[in-house]
Amino acid sequence: MSEKEPLFSPKNRKLIFNPLSKENPITVQVLGICSALAVTVKMKPAFVMALSVMAVLALANVIVSLLRNTIPNRIRIIVQLVIIALLVILVDQVLKAFVFDVSKQLSVFVGLIITNCIIMGRLEAFALANKPWPSFLDGIGNAAGYGLILMIVAFFRELFGSGSLFGFSVIPDAWYIKNGGFYENNGLMVLSPMALITVGVIIWIHRSRNRDLIEDK
Amino acid sequence: MKLIRKQFDKIKPSFEKGGKLQAFRSMFDAIETLFFVPNTTTKSGVHIRDSKDSKRLMMIVVIAMIPALLFGMWNTGVQHFLSLGESVDIMTAFWYGFLKILPIIVVSYGVGLGIEIIIAQMRGHEVKEGFFVTGMLIPLIVPVGVPLWMVAVATAFAVIIGVEAFGGAGMNIMNPALTARAFLFFAYPSHMSGDAVWIAEKADGFSGATPLAEAAAGHTANLPSVMEMFMGNIPGSIGETSTIAILIGAFILIYTGVGSWKIMASTVVGALVMAYIFNALAPADNAFMQLPGYYHLIMGGFAFGAVFMATDPVSAAQTSKGKYIYGFLIGFIAVLIRVLNPAYPEGMMLAILLMNVFAPLIDHYVVQANIKRRLKRASVKA
Repeated sequence: MSEKEPLFSPKNRKLIFNPLSKENPITVQVLGICSALAVTVKMKPAFVMALSVMAVLALANVIVSLLRNTIPNRIRIIVQLVIIALLVILVDQVLKAFVFDVSKQLSVFVGLIITNCIIMGRLEAFALANKPWPSFLDGIGNAAGYGLILMIVAFFRELFGSGSLFGFSVIPDAWYIKNGGFYENNGLMVLSPMALITVGVIIWIHRSRNRDLIEDK
Repeated sequence: MKLIRKQFDKIKPSFEKGGKLQAFRSMFDAIETLFFVPNTTTKSGVHIRDSKDSKRLMMIVVIAMIPALLFGMWNTGVQHFLSLGESVDIMTAFWYGFLKILPIIVVSYGVGLGIEIIIAQMRGHEVKEGFFVTGMLIPLIVPVGVPLWMVAVATAFAVIIGVEAFGGAGMNIMNPALTARAFLFFAYPSHMSGDAVWIAEKADGFSGATPLAEAAAGHTANLPSVMEMFMGNIPGSIGETSTIAILIGAFILIYTGVGSWKIMASTVVGALVMAYIFNALAPADNAFMQLPGYYHLIMGGFAFGAVFMATDPVSAAQTSKGKYIYGFLIGFIAVLIRVLNPAYPEGMMLAILLMNVFAPLIDHYVVQANIKRRLKRASVKA
């Protein structure tokens, strides 16, 4: 029996901070792209979505990790799905109860967290082989990495597409053409292709700053 | 000429490595090669070389666009004064249009070349010449009333996302000028479509609808006469209205061998075929579907797109058979979108962009078919 590891040992800290950049679920592992396109028109829904994914992912990771020695290998996917579905329904109900308007904006995408590839991916890749505490940290870290990209994309899309941030308008009303100014919101930013392009640009910048992420040809 | 050469030689050292103005090497290089053929030679293998380098090819395309540009300037003035109910002489109208259009050209070239030069400097290669054409195409395919900063944003988008992200001019999948227009169209629809944007400082109460918009709304009775649309005294994007000015450009392109006549011809055929299919199927109450096919060739941006956009050597199909398929489908889809989709009156832009994406696939299958055919011939006596 080795001596007890401290809660935030360097190894555990890595579990949280690596997914923010070097192992980012969206830009490096390329998981969870679909929801990154769908919920990033405004920052508020994106933020709630990130929190929901964090709650689901961290708890699912812990539960699967606790059960990891009892789940028969051949039916592990279905067991994982049941756990995720349970948590997603809980989160959905909480959202409906407390932030109904955001819940309406997110519509089916909360339910679709069940199929978010990040969650399945982390359960398979990490929680099935690790203890609950590191699994919890891994869940928090990956969800934070996911949320970070979501917030960056939503920031640009809401700023240029709607001229506001978190629902507060930042661009003065007098600037708009209809009020005699010169400015106009960029309608393309609200459409989903622009989310794809924004994610692409983030990946472009990220890789040109971290050369070791570029795959060999 | 000697004088210019001397000037270049005099200031050249300060731009070379270690020189004072090293940071502007790309810009110097770009300007120098504009005046003189660079004396670099191919180092490996045997190549046939002539003086037709890509910079000169691009300049020919720009020259071919000049009739459409001059006509566009004049037409801008004519439409403006027409909407005010005044009649003026040619020079007044031309001068008015010139002053309206010059800023758009300056912004388009300034922003595009600026970004190209910065990126060329960062990546350490010379400035590619593709933007000469793009910078002239962008002003010709926007409405004259478009705000200048929107032109700047769209140009930047087209150069960075449409071209540089793919590795620079020559590697782009889609035509950069059309990328810019598509960006404007989807980002600022109120400045790119509707009846109000096509005439500079239009008087209220004067309908500025383009023929395409009239046709899409079913008012085919309001259409200008065929002669008017052919000559081009109609509202529309700056360079697209005059079919005859575009035909002069087409003649220059085909005569010099710069533009592919195969693509232009098959685009026209594709549009006619689709139009006649519609004619055959048209219900009695759908006036747009009943419109004769040649109307599509002279309305909107069809002629301009077929001559200057579809033939872009980078984004078009490369194989000879592929060019026929590529052009045919552009014309076919353009008319299809025009007639059936009321949200996008100008189908030409979307059709060309779509086929740009498919061009490599078309080429692939043309090449594969050729290989298969020759293999069969080779193994007859096995």
